[in-house]
Amino acid sequence: MMVKTKHFGEINVDETKVIEFEDGLPGFTHIKKYVLLANDGNEGSGPVFWLQSINESGNNEDADVALALVNPFAFYPNYSPEIKDEYVETLGHASSNDLSVFNVVVVPEDIKNMTVNLRAPILINQHTKKGAQVVSENQEYGVRHFLYQDIEKIRKTFEEGGK
Amino acid sequence: MLALSRKKNESIMIGDDIEITIVDVQADQVKLAIGAPRNVPVHRKEIYLQIQQENKAAAKISDKSIEELKGLMK
Repeated sequence: MMVKTKHFGEINVDETKVIEFEDGLPGFTHIKKYVLLANDGNEGSGPVFWLQSINESGNNEDADVALALVNPFAFYPNYSPEIKDEYVETLGHASSNDLSVFNVVVVPEDIKNMTVNLRAPILINQHTKKGAQVVSENQEYGVRHFLYQDIEKIRKTFEEGGK
Repeated sequence: MLALSRKKNESIMIGDDIEITIVDVQADQVKLAIGAPRNVPVHRKEIYLQIQQENKAAAKISDKSIEELKGLMK
């Protein structure tokens, strides 16, 4: 199926890749279907992905949404949000292998101020193709956690380690 | 909007399956117990509004920021 994306033009998406968000996402509860794209619009391993809405109503601009997501474990290997079982259950039966975790990033004009929402991860069951944004029980995880500085730190450690 | 007065240990029902009980009242703070089916998400309004706000801000990313993000995540 052809999907009109917000940032990568029109691309062909395998229908089996469509992810259903039964409750939508906070702020976009009217949109129920998305596809996960890699940073350049093709498939890839991240750490940046795009959650692109599938605009079924054609020309309705309200339904054209793309959110940048990151794989949190690329930056925070110890990230372990505590999610209520019932949230996970609504995505259908899942072994931990089927479940992917992503976090929404906000990139303002000055990228140094970019933030990631660690409090409310997006869970996707790759087996049932169902997704949801859920609130973790971890009060210590910020909705607006500054990411840029942490990336710089990781880069420095990596570069020093490579010497 | 409907406003109801309730005392400690009294409840209200929303529909057939959501029950909200006043567990405790201390000065200006009320403790509520919420019984709802598993598929009904219950959140503090503040956190839900924050998530809503962040998602909307995330969707407004500019082309310039996308390029910067790509560069950063190489």
